[in-house]
Amino acid sequence: MSGVVRRSMMVVAALVSVMPAVLLFGAASCQAQRPAIPRTAAGKPDLNGIWQALGNAHYDIEPHLARAALAMRPGPVVPVPAKEVLALGAVGSVPAGSGIVVGGEIPYLPEARARRDENRADWINRDPEIKCYLPGVPRATYMPFPFQIVQSAKAFFIAYEYAGAVRNVYLKDPGPPQVDTWMGQSVGHWEGDTFVVLASGFNDWSWFDRAGNHHSEDMTVVERYTMTGPDHIRYEATIDDPRTFSKPWTIRLMLYRDVNPDARLGQFKCVEFVTELMYGHLRKTPIK
Amino acid sequence: MRSRTRPVLGTVALAVLAAGAGVAAAQGPGPVRRAGKWVVPRAPDGHPDLQGNWTNGTITPVERPSGQERALTKDQVVRLEKIRADTIEKLQKDSDPNRPAPPKGGDGSVGAAGMVGGYNYFWIDAGDRVAAVNGEFRSSLIIDPPNGKIPPLIPAARARFGELAKRMTQFGEYDNPENRPLAERCLMSFGSNAGPPMLPNYFYNNNYTIVQTKDHVVILTEMVHDARIIPLGKNRPHLPKQLRPWMGDSHGWWLGDTLVVETTNIHPQQSDQAWPPYSAVLRGGENVTVTERFHRADPTTILYRFTVADSTTYTQSWSGEVPFKAMPDLIYEYGCHEGNYAIANVLSGARAGEREAAKKTQER
Repeated sequence: MSGVVRRSMMVVAALVSVMPAVLLFGAASCQAQRPAIPRTAAGKPDLNGIWQALGNAHYDIEPHLARAALAMRPGPVVPVPAKEVLALGAVGSVPAGSGIVVGGEIPYLPEARARRDENRADWINRDPEIKCYLPGVPRATYMPFPFQIVQSAKAFFIAYEYAGAVRNVYLKDPGPPQVDTWMGQSVGHWEGDTFVVLASGFNDWSWFDRAGNHHSEDMTVVERYTMTGPDHIRYEATIDDPRTFSKPWTIRLMLYRDVNPDARLGQFKCVEFVTELMYGHLRKTPIK
Repeated sequence: MRSRTRPVLGTVALAVLAAGAGVAAAQGPGPVRRAGKWVVPRAPDGHPDLQGNWTNGTITPVERPSGQERALTKDQVVRLEKIRADTIEKLQKDSDPNRPAPPKGGDGSVGAAGMVGGYNYFWIDAGDRVAAVNGEFRSSLIIDPPNGKIPPLIPAARARFGELAKRMTQFGEYDNPENRPLAERCLMSFGSNAGPPMLPNYFYNNNYTIVQTKDHVVILTEMVHDARIIPLGKNRPHLPKQLRPWMGDSHGWWLGDTLVVETTNIHPQQSDQAWPPYSAVLRGGENVTVTERFHRADPTTILYRFTVADSTTYTQSWSGEVPFKAMPDLIYEYGCHEGNYAIANVLSGARAGEREAAKKTQER
């Protein structure tokens, strides 16, 4: 082999070797931006911990401005807070939120949109949260309460602080849900580093937020839990319900770990907190 | 309140399939099973694996009926289980479609035509076996004191509970929703299902899911979807004395192959307003400590031991043993409050009764 040929071959080899190096370098720098996530003995992301969403999606999952109250009535100039919530003043007002619906708007069918608007107008009588009913999915995820994931090799269990709601995400599909329930039946599996949960078997009584957004019992939810760092989960949920929506739609938000070393899930068994609201009128001597 | 009929049917089908699979496995290479030798399943951290669904339903009562020994004879067990089996068979029979309406107030039986809300066995799952511990059939779950009964209260505690009883009478049982038992209000399970101590309620839904990591054990009590989250690690500080959550403040640690869980700070209403007669069971006051021990005894059993200690209530601490049996069925969502027509009907029934009584008085 002549020296010229050898040199030119070396140049080619050098060029070829540069390309993967660039790719490798790119990957390495990407990894540097993404800190390592905790992993189980089996190498899967370890989601154990206490998590909570930030933001105001629990008021309204669509983008919204701040407003005076959840329940309003017509006023002489602009709407004013309804009598039932007036005493709460600024505490009862609704903070603004940029929304978690990908694309901004829920693709309602016309009738379902009308029902959403009715729900919103009659929020004080209709929102299941007011009566401490179970939150459903995905609402449980972004309630203004933390939840705890308890993940083992054999189980993936979620305990929500709000109303003591729970989900046991089966790792083996037990077959179709036997009954419709508030929290549905959940079956999970790993797609790479993402834990994917198919949730179905819901009743049609839960809502998405305090803004009247609703669904039918045909709803299925596909949730995706992806750790983007040791203390962050990117949560996505795709909602499919042909009786309510013209097409499937997705919500996306971040979940944050409670990094306090003494962090523990509180207890919010709110059933007793709504006793007067729901049964006060049935007392022997109703409280005036 | 749902029947486990469908899951049970599913189980039968699965059992048939499994039997078929067993034949296939015997014919070819399959998982090696050392004959007669059971090895404790273990979690990745080496501790016994308590995970799965379990039931503590049994016909053995918490306290020993008078005149019985701690251990029941084989004949006694056969007789007790036969009585229960016959009762179940009777209560499972289809109702006669041509039967007349039950008399006003019920026919006095515990069945569907009985007291208001009487259920036939479709709705009930009260347990059909005598509790057996290490081969001994038990007449009571309590084993200490040796007479199998909750020990007598000290005088101060008797006075305390006398006060409580008086208060309940004063307010009247139906005057306010808060006078009703916790289970009727959907706040907690019947009896002491969630506990601690976790005891069968002798009616239905005596079912639990255990999930376990190296840091936590979670015990989900089906009724009322109560998850007790138990952090593991010895010498963890308990909550301040004044904070008394439902099911108390639990923490646990491994002692060899036994999980020990210690609970204090139990919610005051859990002892005051539990469903009778179990109000007596948890009569411990603010100083009560419940110590539970979980031990994998055999392929289908966790042996659950508990001790209730409160020197400001009882003349001595007391202990019991309850077998938790593996349950192949799924746990349901016990969405109780969401469909609680009972509490409203109970209260409005009481108001209607008062109106009728007032009318009669006026007429006189």
